[in-house]
Amino acid sequence: MTETTRCAPGDWVEVESILLEPADRAANLPEDTAAQPLRMWVKGFARAAAAVGEQLTVETMTGRDVSGALTEVNPGYFHTFGKPAPELTAVGRDLRARVAAYRKAGG
Amino acid sequence: MAGKTEAILARKGEIMKRALGMDYAQFERSPIAFDYEAMMAAHGYSLEDIIRIQLAAGVGKTPLLELRNLTDLIRSYAEPGHGARLFVKDEAANMAGSFKDRRASISIHVAKEKGYAGVIAATSGNYGAAVSSQAARASLNCIIVQEAFDSRHVGQPEIIEKSRICEAFGAEVVQLTVGPELFSHMLELLDETGYLAASLYSAFGISGIESLGWEIAEEMTALTGAPPTHVVVTHAGGGNTTGTARGLRRAGATSTHVVSASVDLSGLHMASDTDFNRKSFTTGHTGFGVPFATWPDRADVPRNAARALRYMDRYLTVTQGEVFYVTEAMAKLEGLERGPSGNTAMAAAMSLARDLPRDATVVVQETEYTGAGKHHWAQLNFARANGVEVRAGDPTESVPGTSIVIPERPEQIRAKDFDMGKLRRSYVRNALAHAGEGYTPTSEDIEFLAADIHSDAESVEAIIAALKEA
Repeated sequence: MTETTRCAPGDWVEVESILLEPADRAANLPEDTAAQPLRMWVKGFARAAAAVGEQLTVETMTGRDVSGALTEVNPGYFHTFGKPAPELTAVGRDLRARVAAYRKAGG
Repeated sequence: MAGKTEAILARKGEIMKRALGMDYAQFERSPIAFDYEAMMAAHGYSLEDIIRIQLAAGVGKTPLLELRNLTDLIRSYAEPGHGARLFVKDEAANMAGSFKDRRASISIHVAKEKGYAGVIAATSGNYGAAVSSQAARASLNCIIVQEAFDSRHVGQPEIIEKSRICEAFGAEVVQLTVGPELFSHMLELLDETGYLAASLYSAFGISGIESLGWEIAEEMTALTGAPPTHVVVTHAGGGNTTGTARGLRRAGATSTHVVSASVDLSGLHMASDTDFNRKSFTTGHTGFGVPFATWPDRADVPRNAARALRYMDRYLTVTQGEVFYVTEAMAKLEGLERGPSGNTAMAAAMSLARDLPRDATVVVQETEYTGAGKHHWAQLNFARANGVEVRAGDPTESVPGTSIVIPERPEQIRAKDFDMGKLRRSYVRNALAHAGEGYTPTSEDIEFLAADIHSDAESVEAIIAALKEA
């Protein structure tokens, strides 16, 4: 699958921007957080054509204009279940056997 | 701090007054006390009104299920004569998959009635899905602000799923990296749009949960002849405990023990960029549960309607591994595959039920939806990928952020009691600190504090005296 690297006006896209540079962040943050900028990602319909990395304004679902660098065209979701955790695979078998044994013994 | 942030925070009072749909100043009594019940009643909706609004919104009247297989499992290793009957209120059956629909439905109803064009909520949890879904039904715009990623742009699978579902319901999702400045950005959005702040902690939201406690008392009475002896509540910001307990009381279930439960995440910093993805629970944990119990007014409203210490009889903690084990057990033994966070109370309830007599009845008052990402396998795979050790063994050996130890046997599920005295002292200390140096609490303040920590005036005075000596 080739990633689309350009959007046309009207395409559903995601833009990224920096809300706060490290120097501008709140006081009392842990050091690791304070060293990073506060970044934001928002999705919307592209107002213009752009290439990934270029500045772009999008119209969001609420009709707001939000500007940032284009990160993705037609962004999707790829979270999953993944493999079963080996520590859990026998739980069902073992517990069903215990309940059955308890009931057989007249519990 | 940036001038922009300072400027917006300086206008916080003015922005929130318009965005909350209610003037909180009218309830203030002193630097410590406020009229909590007047605030809860100010919206003017009776419980009957709330139930009617929720039914029209597709919310509530969820199944109450007896868990006979889990009960027998517990009885197989409990002391003779022990092992309470276990029940669950299957809140995943709500429209957007959790009890948060009850909260959202009232806020959205208010937004519609008062003529707001949209709503904004700051949440990475199920509440976002609930607000987005209810807003869609009410033809209102919706913005959900989420703390979604660490600085590497890596997000918990559970939060990514929450972004997806909010967008599925047509919300605009604003995803941010870790940090409390999320609040100032929410203020900017409220200022820009003029939308209602659908805070998790508003009186509207908390009143919406009262129907859950009420349903549990009514349904258990129909099923067993009496309200439950114990209700176990997954606790984070305090709304779940507060609303459920208030609903139980309204139904006359005054002797039901309200037990709050959280996943132990002690040692992890909630504002830390590196700790963010080293935890496998994004809610229902002590990182919210303890600070919100001991200082509820840290919330995004002037006075938090969720005041868990008022209602909590006991506070139990469980480990991440115990909750994952119980999540798997529920699916295999009861045919209930539900999201892990909502099963925090179930893990605590299994431990509690083991120690109670057989005629006791324990209700776990919620479940949440599950799916890709928002699933115990996904969470465990993510933990491993982020350097957390996952192994089978004794769950007491687990270290939050470093290891997740999954029990090998159900006997190893043992919830720990959190010291309620410590929580109460900490609350009083925070209340005094916020009142300002040199402020002397009046008798009205003492009375308020006693109610707010579920104690009496004498105990509050003893805590204050001890704090002065320290």
